[in-house]
Parts: sequence; C-alpha cells; structure tokens
Amino acid sequence: MKPLAIAAGLAALAALPLWMPGGSYDVNIASQVMIWAVFALGLNVLVGYAGLVSLGQAGLFGFACYVAAWLVAAGTAQWIAAIAAIGFTLVLSAVFAVLALRGTGISFLMITLTLGEIVWGIAQRWVSLTGGDNGISVSTRPAPFGISLDTATPFFYATFAMFVVMLGLVWRFVHSPLGVALRGTRDQPRRMGALGYNVWLIRFLGFLVSGFAAAVAGLFFFYYNEFASPYVLSLTTSAEVVLMVIAGGAATLLGPIVGAALVLGMQDVVSSYVAHWNLMLGAIFVAIILFMPEGLVPGLARLARRPGAAPAAPRPGAFGRTPS
Amino acid sequence: MNLWLILAVNSIALGGLLFLLASGFSLIFGLMRIPNLMHGSFFMLGAYLGVSFLRLGAGFWPAAILAGLALAGTGAVIERLLLRRLTGKPQAQVLLTLGMALIVADLCLMLWGGDPIEVQTPAGLTGVVPVFSVVFPTYRLVVVVIAVAIAVALWLMLERTRLGAMIRAGVDDPQMARVIGIRVSRLFSIVFSLGAGLAGLGGFIGGPILSVYPGLDQDMLPLALIIVILGGTGSLAGALVGSFVIGFLYNFGQALFPDLAYVILFVPLLAVLVIRPQGLLGKLAP
Repeated sequence: MKPLAIAAGLAALAALPLWMPGGSYDVNIASQVMIWAVFALGLNVLVGYAGLVSLGQAGLFGFACYVAAWLVAAGTAQWIAAIAAIGFTLVLSAVFAVLALRGTGISFLMITLTLGEIVWGIAQRWVSLTGGDNGISVSTRPAPFGISLDTATPFFYATFAMFVVMLGLVWRFVHSPLGVALRGTRDQPRRMGALGYNVWLIRFLGFLVSGFAAAVAGLFFFYYNEFASPYVLSLTTSAEVVLMVIAGGAATLLGPIVGAALVLGMQDVVSSYVAHWNLMLGAIFVAIILFMPEGLVPGLARLARRPGAAPAAPRPGAFGRTPS
Repeated sequence: MNLWLILAVNSIALGGLLFLLASGFSLIFGLMRIPNLMHGSFFMLGAYLGVSFLRLGAGFWPAAILAGLALAGTGAVIERLLLRRLTGKPQAQVLLTLGMALIVADLCLMLWGGDPIEVQTPAGLTGVVPVFSVVFPTYRLVVVVIAVAIAVALWLMLERTRLGAMIRAGVDDPQMARVIGIRVSRLFSIVFSLGAGLAGLGGFIGGPILSVYPGLDQDMLPLALIIVILGGTGSLAGALVGSFVIGFLYNFGQALFPDLAYVILFVPLLAVLVIRPQGLLGKLAP
C-alpha cells in the first residue's frame, strides 16, 4: 500500500466526526468498526499469515472484556483493570496456543473451537462469578488524562488512537523477520524446520500477537458497551470475526478492516429492517466461502486489474489445502 | 429410590441420546475429515420438525421416523450442493457448516418461535419399569434400547456389509480406496445423510427428556465434539463409550457442582489432548 493512500485514509477517518451525517450514531458505529477491525487484524495474523483458522478467538476477546468488567465492578482503578485484562488474556492466549498448536489445520480449528466453548460455558454457567446470562454491567468509562470518554466523539478519538497504534504494530509484525518467518511456516513448514527455524515457537508467538490484539479490542469493546455478557464469548462472535477476515481478504492488511466495516455495516442496516441478523450473517458467510473465497479486497483488486479474469490460484495454506 | 440411582438412570438415557448425535458426527469426521459444525443444528431441526409432524396429527413414532428421514434428505442435499463444491478445502468446508449452522438456528427461531416446546412422552411409555432393583422410567429405557439397537445396526452395517467395508476403506485411506474403484464421493453423501438422519431422530426422541428450545444446537454441538475427541474419530465404539462417559459426567456434574458442570465436561478432554494427542487426534493432523 502506498504511504500516501494510508495517510489520506487515516486522515479521512480522523476527520470522520466532522463529516458523518448521522451525528453521534454514526460516530459510534465508526468506533465499533475500529474495535472489530483490530480484533480481525489480530485474527488475520493467524488465519492469513500463519494459515491457522482459530474458532475460539471470541474466548480471548470476551475474556479481556470479562476481566476488565469484573475488576471495574469490584472497584479496581481503571488503569489496573486495563493492564490486568490484557495481561491475563495474554496468559490465556499462551494456554490456548500450547494446547491448540499440538495440531494444525482441522485439529487446530477444533481445539480452538473447544477452548472457546469452555470459556463461554464458564461465563454462562458459573453464575456466582460471572453473573451468568445477565453478565457484568458497570457504568463508567475510563477518563485518561482527565478527559471523559462518555460521549461519542472523545470515545471515537480514543478508539482511533488505539486503532492506529494497533494497525502500526500489526503492520510492523507482519513485515518483521518474524512475520515473514510466520508466512514461511504457513507455506512450507517442513522446509522452515529444515532451515533451522523453530516452527512451533514462531506459530506460538504469532498466536500471542493475535491474542494481544483480541485483548485490546475486547477491552475497548467493554469500554464501548460498559457491559460484558456471555454473547461476546459465543461461537457466533468467533464466526463473525472469522467472517470479517475472510470476507475482507485474509493475509492482507486492509482486508480485515474492510471486512469489519462490511459486517458491522450490514448488521446495522439489516437489524433496522428485520430481526434476523444471524440468518444474514450465515448467508453472507456461505456466499463468500462459495463464490469469493479469496475475499473482497483481493477479489476486487483482481476485477480491477482484468475484468472477468479467472480467479487466481489459491495461495497454498492460507485458506484451504494445508501443505504437508 | 435414592438420588444416585436417579442420576445414574438419567445419565444412561442421556448417553443413549448422545450416541445418536455423536455416532453420525464421528462417522462424518472419520470419512470426510471435517467436524460438521451443523450437527447440533441437525439435532435441533429434527426435534422441531418432529414437533410439527406431531401437530399435523402424526403419531409419536411416525413423527420420529419422518423427522429422521427429513434430516437425512437435508443432509444429502447439503453435501451434494454445497460441501461437494469445496472438495479438497477442509477449512472452507468447516466454515461452510458453521455458516449453515447460523442460518438453521435463525430459521428455527423464525418458524417455531423462541419459547421452549415440551414434547409429550408417548402414551403408554409414561410409567416406570423395574430393572433389577432400580425403577427405570419406561420412556428413558426405550431411548436406551433404541440407541443400543442403532449401535448394533451401525456396527453390523460397518463390519458385515459391502457398503460398510467401503466406508472403512474410505476412512483408512481415501486415495487408495479411490484407486481401487470405490466412489468415495458417493460415500460422503451416504455418510453425511446418515449422520444427519441419526442426529434428527435423536433430537426428536430426546424431546420428551430435553425439550426443544432455541440454543439446543449450541448445547449439543460441543458435546458431540468432546465425545468424538475423547472416543477417537471415526470409531463407533469410541463414540459409544464417549457418549456414556459424557452422559454420566454431565448429570453428576450438574448435581454435585452446578456452577462448574460445564467445565467438568471438558476436563477429560483437556487430559486427552495433553496426554494422548497423537492417539486421538493424531489421525486427523495433516
């Protein structure tokens, strides 16, 4: 991507509260899109760059949400709650990674799914700790440097700052030697091993990066809603974020952001007409997998290059056949 | 009758239901190498369709058979029209079943509403029968008998028929099976349809025990996953053992540690993953 285009895009985004027609409603939607985009960017490190599809990512996202909510509800200072939420979620990510990285491909997917379901089950059933279906509700957002984030625009800028930092971090990671090695483990795990790379460790670190992004996004999701409920941990949430990644385009930096905007935009539009968002979500999911498996960003780029051209051969390992 | 015996009886009945769910899941997993994430949806859809057949005037057992057949048909259609297009891309297939699960869940909510539906125990099976010194509710006993009968039938089919031999060949080595002229893709349709039908049947005959409600699919899918990881994929005996283990853990866990019942279910699973991953998951690692 051209630096100029990125700068222009970020500037347009930063000025969004000034030009959005819908006022604070639209500004709030934009904040949500950025939160989910960070979540999806993190998952994309696994799905796109490591070739590992995690269906338990909501477990990490929601865990950060719950830790922060529980601590804030118990009267802990906001900054301690934030650090604890991210720290504990990183620990949980490491546990997930150790268990899930016993396999790749389908077994990785299944173990992450199961781990996510465990976290969901705990939140749902361990009522004395988590409030069960009622979740944990608080009524304060943090006020960094004395600036209240209670209204839409200040919250938007706090989220924007977080978004830019996380985008920069993910960009830096993906282009670092470690990020390149991670792609190597996706495409040619055996050769990478033969070349002396510790394939397991590289994947483990990739998982931690992904978990870190999920934790930060989960924390901001909690700030936005001032609420943690089992829904954020559910398989539907994991499915939604996977959809964002593959709808936008795995292994691209722009893809997950476009995917997040697309999914949340659809959700916003559909929900105002019909009550059946999950039906739409499933239908989009199936349609994307069947008809545009490479995702919107690479798909549109292909169409722009040569209208009517045949789809490019799928990248090995990214999303599909796993190389041996 | 004391609490423990009641729990044990309930556990056995739940184990039988879980076997109907997990046997198909395990066969699909063994042959097609994908966890079918809409298996819980088949279970729930079967239950709802059976309820509708009941309301249309069908008897309990005809409704159960119709629900099973309807789901078998649904499974065959999904395999033919959707999964077949993604042959060779297991991750895309899994995500497709996940998308379909979301669709089915919302469709059921649309068509049958959000309130739980109680299914009446069929007349004549509401009493209890004494088995040794235990008083066993008749209907639960019937469920166990059905599950055992289906287990025996599946075992005979797999071990004693030509189709079963072909399925076993497909599970062990799909490429070699193709080379010697077995149409493995046709086996996929048969097994997927069979698994869906069994899940649908299980969902409906589980109705009088579990009732039917939105979210039943999400409650059952993790159980199927645990059972199959515990028992080993593609193994009928594994599914049988796993079903009863989970049936017991679920009921006893809920009675003893209600807050942690769900977590207790996953303990054996994590133990298996940590201690014997190669034994139970090694086969499906690419």
